[in-house]
Amino acid sequence: MEGKTSNEVFNREKAEATVKELRQSFRAGKTKTYEWRAAQLEGIARLIKEKESEITQALRSDLAKPEMESYLHEISLAKSACLFALKNLKKWMKPEKVPAAITTFPSSAQIVSEPLGVVLVISAWNYPFLLSIDPVIGAIVAGNAVVLKPSEIAPATSELFAKILPEYVDSSCIKVVEGGVPETTALLEQKWDKIFYTGNGKVGRIVMAAAAKNLTPVSLELGGKSPVLVDSDVNLKVAVKRIAVGKWGCNNGQACIAPDYIITTKSFAPQLVEALKVTLERFYGKNPLESADLSRIVNLNHFKHLTDMLDEENVSDKIVCGGQTDEKQLKIAPTLLLDVPHDSLIMKNEIFGPLLPIVTVDKLEDSFEIINSKSKPLAAYIFTKNKKLEQEFLSNVSAGGILVNDVALHLANLYLPFGGVGESGIGAYHGKFSFDAFSHKKAVLSRGFAGEAGARYPPYTPEKQWILKGLINGSIVALFLALFKRF
Amino acid sequence: MALITGKKCGDEEMGALGLETEVAEARTTFDSGKTKGFEWRKSQLEALLRLLQEKEEDMLKVLKEDLGKHRVEAYRDEVGALTKSVDNALLNLKKWMAPEKVSLPLVAVPTVAEIVPEPLGVVLVMSSWNFPIGLSLEPMIGAIAAGNAAILKPSELAPATSEFLAVEVPKYLDCEAIKVIQGGPQVAEQLLDLKWDKIFFTGSAQVGRIVMTAAAKHLTPVTLELGGKCPAIFDSLKSSRDQRMAVGRVAGAKWGSCLGQACIGIDYLLVTDEYAPTLIELLKGVIKEFFSNSEHLARIVNKHHFQRLCNLLQDESVAASLVHGGSVNAEELFIEPTILLNPPLDKEIMTEEIFGPLLPIITLKKIEDSIEFLRARPKPLVIYAFTHDEKFKQRIVDDTSSGCVMFNDTLIQYLCDTIPFGGVGQSGFGQYHGKFSFDNFSNRKPVGRRNFLIEFSFRYPPWNEKKLQLLRHIYRFDYIGFVLCFLGLKR
Repeated sequence: MEGKTSNEVFNREKAEATVKELRQSFRAGKTKTYEWRAAQLEGIARLIKEKESEITQALRSDLAKPEMESYLHEISLAKSACLFALKNLKKWMKPEKVPAAITTFPSSAQIVSEPLGVVLVISAWNYPFLLSIDPVIGAIVAGNAVVLKPSEIAPATSELFAKILPEYVDSSCIKVVEGGVPETTALLEQKWDKIFYTGNGKVGRIVMAAAAKNLTPVSLELGGKSPVLVDSDVNLKVAVKRIAVGKWGCNNGQACIAPDYIITTKSFAPQLVEALKVTLERFYGKNPLESADLSRIVNLNHFKHLTDMLDEENVSDKIVCGGQTDEKQLKIAPTLLLDVPHDSLIMKNEIFGPLLPIVTVDKLEDSFEIINSKSKPLAAYIFTKNKKLEQEFLSNVSAGGILVNDVALHLANLYLPFGGVGESGIGAYHGKFSFDAFSHKKAVLSRGFAGEAGARYPPYTPEKQWILKGLINGSIVALFLALFKRF
Repeated sequence: MALITGKKCGDEEMGALGLETEVAEARTTFDSGKTKGFEWRKSQLEALLRLLQEKEEDMLKVLKEDLGKHRVEAYRDEVGALTKSVDNALLNLKKWMAPEKVSLPLVAVPTVAEIVPEPLGVVLVMSSWNFPIGLSLEPMIGAIAAGNAAILKPSELAPATSEFLAVEVPKYLDCEAIKVIQGGPQVAEQLLDLKWDKIFFTGSAQVGRIVMTAAAKHLTPVTLELGGKCPAIFDSLKSSRDQRMAVGRVAGAKWGSCLGQACIGIDYLLVTDEYAPTLIELLKGVIKEFFSNSEHLARIVNKHHFQRLCNLLQDESVAASLVHGGSVNAEELFIEPTILLNPPLDKEIMTEEIFGPLLPIITLKKIEDSIEFLRARPKPLVIYAFTHDEKFKQRIVDDTSSGCVMFNDTLIQYLCDTIPFGGVGQSGFGQYHGKFSFDNFSNRKPVGRRNFLIEFSFRYPPWNEKKLQLLRHIYRFDYIGFVLCFLGLKR
């Protein structure tokens, strides 16, 4: 165990020693076998099963996360990631035979997946269990040794990892390092074969710059302002429920793929607002600050970040629902705002909280300009039955992922890559994409000495050039000549 | 003083500010949606093909001028290879652009999903001097096929080629979206300060670090195609015919491609003490057969690299290990094929990438020792091995790491569109060629669709135990349990 549970500070020397130990374990070949990888995954699956209540409790302590959300969004997703990996591990580890080109005839080719080596996973505070264990599962399944640095902003979960993970996995190859900025900096100074970071763009830049010193590839799972376009032709009751559960049912809006703002037509907005109000009351009652089904804001810092947004001039008067806050309990009620100024804080920065601005336009096609004036988000949503509008949305909006007529669900689908683009990140994972994210795809090409193209070699002649031309362009005649013509 | 001499369609000279304007124009063009359509991409690739065909002689000429490449070598390694790649891209473009349907389990949501590739936006390609046309246009093929606007900065160390590209590319391709900007380190620095949607860099690790650090400021994804010391393991081959063929391939890869200045060229050989003398004799024979006329060999790119290579031989212990060649011609920037036997491993010739026609042969007690030798060193772009021993081959694949492994031949992995081309560790990250190029410059965007027909009430708060139970069943794909629970027949 390292970090704050021991008396020593986790500094550069300790970071170096940790990486050295992992490198030795990796070089010894421990992590490469199917048996080892499967054993680790089985260990993690057991951990999730046996420690479900401890995990739920840690999440409640860190975020006041309702038990349902802990189950739905963290525990069950972690479990399915684990089981999916176990089920497919053998298949993923197999080399992939590919056809070799006529230019290289005769030859055989395959793509072999190999582990990158020793990798670092830095996770976030909002889904502190899932966002730690999910990438670690990917690292393990690809055969790497891994250090996990859980977020210090979710201390109960971080401590839980440090305590129980070593009981279920091979701690000579999988380690947990707790800590904040100094410990993370010490880790980032080391040479890793891959760094996987989940968090915000500011720290993402620091991670990538540190990685650049060692030419270490990175995956950055960041965030952005995920827009929701709502058309008037939808089943409003269902749409609104999906939006609501995607926003406030996901850690009270503190989720990278939670709807950040809504765009709808001026004429439809009143209906939308009414429907949202009704749904919010149904979900959370008349006193949402007292509802047990809402997470609290993670800490005072983020609480202030949100209240600053609400208190801004020309914004506070746009609240049409909610707005109640409780600093002592760090609770903010689901809040709707209508037509805040475009240059307000709440429309410039990622909200990451229970505030939902609604922007109105004359016609929905005008929304693309608004969306594209901001950086590319992790997710973009559209509710519509109009196929043409849907297609325009798809073509015009670039995002990590797009969902039509629902919110957030794509993250649960292990067949879809989950990741950002532009400011929302680099790389993707989930399912086989996790395996790929932590692997090197090594091309292996094998030839014999049967066919020899003398035309390849000097002294060069025009005739050789002619044959090479044909050979490179896949001409059978040239191939024939290349193989049999003697020079 | 920055040297910027790109030519716009209207043949105007660019100034320092012109650089930003050019990039801004590319962005405006991309934002207009022009580069996204199939027709545009197809037209650009076809134009590229015409460029390769119509300007073939000019290309061979500038490659001779910059690097002394014989026209056949230049065709084989650059022009021809590009032609194949463009043909391949044109053939497959529609397929690559098509959304990929994703299979989903029944209860999985969303109900229908696909992965849609979309362009990243405006990309920067920085290429290297040793295959100045090939390494410029090969990534560009990927960028264009994927629907991006692209800026190419060719290496200033191959000036004739850089000028050729700056003049000819705008004549064939859409100069509002595809631009060539010439210049040296200062121009590169200015370009790296701007915000790109992707940077594709081919070159040295040292500059690679600079590129990635600059990219980090904007969270720009990068591909780094770097180098390393690519070894060739030479096992004993039974027949003399095989041996002769293998040695020919080694010689071709060491000296026949840009005089050893290739990232996938052979850097050094690993062979048993016992076999080394035979190998050296065979190599000498092949050198005589292929390279007697130095016109069939390329030249060292410039004085700086020429001097660098000469310096490698200066060290006494290195010079003492010379067994063939060693003569140099400063005026011609030519160094003849040179073989060294067991130069000390701690000298620069064995610690740094050689990138030239000096071939160290390192001998080992037994050939299997080559695996430990390689594991102790940084991961190269490719490991070559000449052997018939299937077990040994498997050990090489399992126990070493490199961008690629090539058995019993050299260099041709570059021509194979079905395998990814790229490094690992110090030799870089990111891959291209064939569809890998297309993917490299794309955002693979998952798109899920739901309808309003099926609705699960237990998705929503307020929460209760029953909803939790239903969800447990769903998540385990336990349909029967789910139905029973739903109907109240199961707790």
